[in-house]
Formats: sequence, structure tokens, C-alpha cells
Amino acid sequence: MLNKLTIKQAKEGLKSKQFSSIELTRACLDRIKETDEKLNVFVTLTEEQALKDAAKADSVLASQGDALEAMPLLGIPIALKDMFSAKGIQTTAGSSVLEGYVSPYDATVVTKLKNAGAVIIGKTNQDAWAHGSSGENSDFGPTKNPWNPEYVPGGSSSGSAVAVASDMAFAAMGTDTGGSIRLPASFTNTVGLKPTYGRVSRYGIVAMASSHDSIGHFTKTVEDYAIFLNVTAGQDPMDATTADKEIPDYTKSLSTPLKDLKIGYHKQFFNGEIDNDVAEIYKEAVMKLQDLGAEIVDLVSIYSSNYIASYYIIQPAEVSSNLARYDGIRYGNGRDEFGDEAKRRIMLGTHALSSGYYDQYYNKASQVRSVLIKDLQTQFFNKIDAILAPVSPTPPWKLGEKTDDPLKMYLSDIFTVTANLAGIPGLSIPTGFTSLGLPVGMQILGPQFSEELLFQIGHAYEQATKNEDWRQKEPVL
Amino acid sequence: MNKNKYQPVIGLEVHVELKTKSKMFCGCSADYFGQKPNTHTCPVCLGLPGALPVPNKKAIEWCIMIGQALNCEIPLFSKFDRKNYFYPDLAKGYQISQYDQPFAVKGFIELSNGKKIGITRVHMEEDTAKLMHQFGNQKNENYSLIDFNRSGVPLVEIVTDPDFDNAEDVKEYLQRLQQIVRYLDVSFADMEKGDMRLEPNISLRSNTTNTTNNTNKPILKNELPPYKVEVKNINSFNFVGKAIEFEIKRQTEILDKGDTPAQETRGFVESSNSTVSQRSKEDAMDYRYFPEPDIPPIRWQESQISNFKSQIPELPDAKTKRFEQEFGLSPYDAEILTREKALAEFFEKAVTDGKKFDIDPKKIANYIINKKPNIEDTLPAELIQSIVQVHQVSSVDEDKLNEIIEKVLKENPKAVEDYKKGKETVIMFLVGQVMRQFPEKIDAGKVKAVLTAKLK
Repeated sequence: MLNKLTIKQAKEGLKSKQFSSIELTRACLDRIKETDEKLNVFVTLTEEQALKDAAKADSVLASQGDALEAMPLLGIPIALKDMFSAKGIQTTAGSSVLEGYVSPYDATVVTKLKNAGAVIIGKTNQDAWAHGSSGENSDFGPTKNPWNPEYVPGGSSSGSAVAVASDMAFAAMGTDTGGSIRLPASFTNTVGLKPTYGRVSRYGIVAMASSHDSIGHFTKTVEDYAIFLNVTAGQDPMDATTADKEIPDYTKSLSTPLKDLKIGYHKQFFNGEIDNDVAEIYKEAVMKLQDLGAEIVDLVSIYSSNYIASYYIIQPAEVSSNLARYDGIRYGNGRDEFGDEAKRRIMLGTHALSSGYYDQYYNKASQVRSVLIKDLQTQFFNKIDAILAPVSPTPPWKLGEKTDDPLKMYLSDIFTVTANLAGIPGLSIPTGFTSLGLPVGMQILGPQFSEELLFQIGHAYEQATKNEDWRQKEPVL
Repeated sequence: MNKNKYQPVIGLEVHVELKTKSKMFCGCSADYFGQKPNTHTCPVCLGLPGALPVPNKKAIEWCIMIGQALNCEIPLFSKFDRKNYFYPDLAKGYQISQYDQPFAVKGFIELSNGKKIGITRVHMEEDTAKLMHQFGNQKNENYSLIDFNRSGVPLVEIVTDPDFDNAEDVKEYLQRLQQIVRYLDVSFADMEKGDMRLEPNISLRSNTTNTTNNTNKPILKNELPPYKVEVKNINSFNFVGKAIEFEIKRQTEILDKGDTPAQETRGFVESSNSTVSQRSKEDAMDYRYFPEPDIPPIRWQESQISNFKSQIPELPDAKTKRFEQEFGLSPYDAEILTREKALAEFFEKAVTDGKKFDIDPKKIANYIINKKPNIEDTLPAELIQSIVQVHQVSSVDEDKLNEIIEKVLKENPKAVEDYKKGKETVIMFLVGQVMRQFPEKIDAGKVKAVLTAKLK
């Protein structure tokens, strides 16, 4: 049962010697062995190394009473999406093209996590190359939703979301290029933030669409998220796009009251196409924040079909270039191993960048992107502090339901891609369950580098709802 | 062939490899020449999954300084772009280069005949890895090896306007360019090591009629011909000349027949001083350039640009003129002395040292040009000493010299006899004997001359 704790609780227990890191790690590994056959979460398990690292953590904890202050994740078992390079461990990005490729170096975030004492238990499944919204597009088989294994867990960081949702790890790293953290967080009842672009280093993480890729993680609570982001955030000399900006202690302002905050809310949705349960849960969550003292303001939609159209031009353009290095010459398998979705994006992107088409596609999309960034500031963030929005227009769908219709799959990103185009942070928090018992989350969006504010709102909501019935639910596996 | 029927239109692309300590986008050593293969590599220059480029500040500064030395404008905004193409020596499947907003634009180099060659642009990019092909008789003997030591070494590309019309001007331009980057001390510019790579593009403009579309309208004077032939793989200034001459002849023959030469890329063949077709227009690559998302655009402050400019040393042209004016040198002497920065500096130091002895800079210039002292193991002061001594020797008292020579000849009858029998090398022994009698160093040549005369 130790695996069900939050990071905060686990740290307290380690500090007061109620249990050891070995026990925490074993609890996670046992849970994985018990349930992974059903859920297909891990591509690679690093059990042996994890137990060694846990033993090392225990000896540090035994000899240094204040070790957890210098190493805030000491002895905490975590998982990595299979996009993250970790020295000596296979990195597949969910694709058989990279199967068997063992990274000779650590991503900056992985180095930071190791330095903070985290115990890496394995690498999680994902949509190949992070292309997908459901977790089904993996060459290692689909990951299943722990709340109902007939349903998708959301993607592309499917394995990491499910690892946390089903208590296999205390936190798991993910990447969010168009919603790949927020969507699976929403679909699995976990907390997931896409940080501001440039807040967390991308060095060592397989690139999907470089100007959109944001590095985040999944946790069980907002507070756990903040503890973890304190470790991963910051400028990196190896990533020229990371920002030279001070890192606050993200746990400090969690409990600041919401009064004086002006939060925007969408009354009307894009084409009115949104699932009824999702709409109801969203409205209730908004009301809850109003009860907590925030001023709720009606907004015209920040969503426009132009945004998702632009995203599906710039993103495949970058994908087509980023996947060029997998040429089968130096490592991995040949390009014929690419799946349909990767091929589709390589072709879309190559076309959008071709001579004669560049201006009408890539250039136009970049212009839309610039307008969006400007509009978000002038029309929204100059007047309000944050924006509330659904994460996905629908709750989790059944496995196989959208796999034959790429356009339908792409449209599930309609509420999430805006944050990636604009480089702003978006926090997905659990807000309830549909009548079928499937999780639904809500997004809180803010201006660049407003993570503290998003945590403040998310934490207030979490605390206010912690005794509600739906909060007590656990996946039955 | 009517020499005036066609006017050659020639432009030049030159790649210059910078001599920075580290590579363009990672911390690996950029010194790859003669190193063990794949020892100067890291995830970044190997293009491993997840690796990201971080631009080398020094290389960018040097690129801008090259632009400034070539009289370019430095735009306040610049960025890197990805040039996408497949080749096994290209680790990432794209080369980081600059497309539409290079670091420097619109400059020129002035040739000795007064002609100004326009510089279209100066931009920064990265070198590729090196392929080594092995061929054998058996299937398993055919393989290629890749050495990534060169992958990511900084390259500056300098592109001219199509302003040349003959090979001689191209060669002079190249010499000047090489001299400038050496003066800036940003590249060894060693042709043999591949520090400079040359790609001329050549076409012919008809001076009479438009040969492409039978309209019989004369081509306007500054209109470009409807085709362009690019020649690659050239590694010496001479070969560029040869390639241009070959192309002018080849294209003239085609035009004379009423055809238009094909737009294509050709390779230079050293053994025959000719060019062969490599790639036609139809096979031209679409590089699908787009802004490099991993490197934020670069915005300069005016103060940064002027700061780079202040670091540029006196360049060859300015130095030559100054040597003429300040030291009264002839343009010819001034040009020789400024060909290499180290020699020019040696000369100036010698001039300063020579002031104490009241030696005319022209005398120093002549001495250096005629005697070609090895400036690496001679100090300017030592050079001045030799000049001073030569000067003193000429004032050696003739009577005293004659007297001593007589004495030495008397004391060495055997040597004198040997000499007269034909053993002429003995003369040097006698010269030594004479010089020994003088406390100061005297001119051996003079002693030898007097001795030879006396022995006749």
C-alpha cells in the first residue's frame, strides 16, 4: 500500500523512518508485476538498478538526517517516458525504429532527478514519437486506461499517466507538444502540467516538434507536482531555448487564497461540440473556484480553428526534419519501420516546407502563431490572471474508436494546442468522473512563467474538493 | 571563336573553416586534422536522439568580423535555419545554416585593377562528417566509414555577386580573401587541409543576341544568363582558374551551336583539368529551409556590432597604403611586406629598432625582401644588427685588411700552394684566418674577394 502515498507523504515517512526507499520501490515494482499485463505501461523495467539506487538512498537517509533537504526526491521511485535518454537504458520513443538503441548519455532532466536522489524504475510506453492522443500508436501495443481497460488513457504520454494513476510510480516524466501531458492527465485522474516553453530543459529528450515540446510530469497532487518541478526547472547551458529566469520555490505559494484573482471562463464552446458530461463537470469546477473567492469572467473563446490548423502545419514540418536522423545508418532499424502516423506527418511536413508551398503553409501558420501570442496577451492576460478550459472535448474513448480517423484524433487536441503554439503553461487537474466512471480534468492556463499561479488555483480546488466522494475513488484492477 | 561574342559571368562561393577551439554547436575540439577518427565527438555532433545545438559565440563573432572586414552591413536581426537533405555524412539529416537572414550582407572586395567585387552575403554553418569509402572485389570488402571529428566544425560561407568576368580576377579575389581571414586570425585558410573550399558558378552572356528564346533581342547588359553551371570539389586557386577556363571553352562551343548549356552542378577533375556533370537541374535538391527552432534568433545592439568592428586589426590594403606613405616604400615592396601579417609586423618592429641606428626603412625593406630572413627564428633586433654590421664592414680600413691578408698568406704557405694547385675550397680556411685577426665581425664576402684577387 506504500505505493499509494503522495510524494509528500512518502518523504515524511522516509524522514521519520517509518519505511525505507527499498520498501517504497518494492511496493511500486510489485504493483507493476501485478497489473502491467493488463495495462501495458512499461517498455523497459530497470528493477535491479532501481533496487540498488533505493538501497543507496536508504544508506544516505540513515547517515544524514537532513538528506531530503539537499536531495528533495531521495528514495522516491519514478518513471520516465521512453523519450528521455538515460545512460545505459534503451530509449525507443515508442517506435521499433529505435528499438535496441541504448542511450550513452543522460538527459539534463534525468541528471537533475538522479542528483535529487530519485529512483528510476523504468521507461514507459507512449504513442510512437509522441504522435497521438490516445496511447494506441505505440509499436509496443496500446496502454490501457486503469479506470476501464477498454478505454484509452490518452496520449502521447500514456504510460507515464497510467503509471501514476495506478500507483506504479510516485511521479512520471512526460512531454507535451500538443497536449500529450494534459490530455492523459485528464483521462486518468492525475495532475499534469505543460510548463512554459523554456522552463524545463529539452536536452536529451527525443524531439518531436522542437518549438512546441515542453517537458513536464504526472503526479497525484498539485503539491507533489510543485515539489518535482522545483527539481526539473531551470536554465540549461545545453539547451539554448531555456530561459534565464529565476526559479521560485513552487511549493511556497500553494496556499495563497484565490480572492483578488480574475479568472476567465468559456461559456460557449467551439461549434458547441463538447460532451455533456464534460461540460457539466467543467461548469461545476468553475463554480467551485468562484465559491473559493475568485472572480469569474465570461470570455469569448480563445480557441479558433485557425490555431489547430496552424499547429498541424508547423508541428509536422518540425517532425519531418527531426525524424530525418533516424536513417538506419548508425543505430536502430531502417525507416521502413516507421508507422503510418509518423509517415503521415513526415509527408505533411515535407510538403508544407517544400519550395513553392512554404509561404502558403509554414509561413502562414507562423504568422497565425504570432497573432495568437499577441492576442493572448492583449485580449486576455492584460485583463485576467488565468483562463479555465476543458482539456478535451470528450471523455476517454474506447480503444480503436478513432484509430481509423486521423482527423478526428487530431481534433481531440483542439483545447490543448493553443498553449503549445503560444508557449504558455497549462495545468490539468482532476475534476470528476462521467456517468460511465471515466475521469475528466480541467485546464488552467496562464501567461508565460505563471506556474506558481496555476498551482495556487489547482491546489485550492484540490483542497476544497478533497472530501468529495469522487476523490475517494480508486481504479479497480 | 570570337572573343567578344560572349562575356563570362562568374560568381563564387567560398567556405572558410574557422580555427575556434570548439565546434560550432558543442564543446568538442574543432581540431580534427590528423586525429584518430571519432575521438572528438559527443551526442550533439553525432546527432544522437535528444541532443541540442548551442551556438559557439566566438564563431559568430568571427563570422561578423569577416563580414565587417569585407565591408558588409551587419543586420541587427539574424537567425539560423535548417537545411534539410539526406547524406550519410550529415548526422542530423539537416545542416544548421543560415538562409534568408545571414549575419552579414552587401559588402565588397576591391581588386588591384580597381574593380569592386560585390559580396552578397556572409553566413555561418556547420561542417559535415567525413566519409571514407573502401572498395574491394568481394561484397564484404565494399563499405564506407564515417569519421565524425569534422562534424559540426564552424564554417563561414562567403558568396559573391556574379561580378567576375575572368579567371585572373577570381584568383586575385581568392588571394585577398585568404589574406584577410589570416589577418583576422580566424582561420588557417590552408588549402591543403581543406580550410578553404571553392565553388565557382560560371555562365556566358551573349553580347549580341539572346540565345535562349529566339527573340533575337540583345540581352540587357546586367541581365543574367538563363542558366548557371556550378563547379564543386576544387581545392586550389589554380584549379579554380583551370575550371573557369575549361567551362568558358565548353560553354562557348555549346552556345556557338545555337544551344543553351544545361543548368547543372559539375565536378572538377584534376588529372585532365576538366569538369564533368554531377547533378542536373531536375535533380536539384529542395532543401526545405525553415527557422532552426532549437536556437533563438539573434538580435544585436549597435554597440555590440561596433565592438566587433573595433577588434578588427589593420587589414592588408590599409597596411600597404600606410607602408607606402609612412616609410616611403614602393607599392611593390609594400605589397610584398604586407602579404603576411607576421612579416609586416616583423618589418615594422625592425623599423622601430632601426631608428636607433638611423637606418632607412627602405633599406630594411630591401634587406628583408632580398635576403628573406627566417622571421620565425630571427628577432627584428638581430636583423638590425646584421644590417649595422654590413654597414660597418664597408668601412673597414683597406690598408689594415691588406696588411693582415699579406700576413696570413705568409703564415700559411701550404694552403696557398693547395689553392694554386686547384683545391679552391681552401679559400674559406684563409678567410677564417683573416677574420680572426679582427675583433669585430667583418664581411666575409669582402675578405674572400680581396683574397681571391691577391692569389691570382
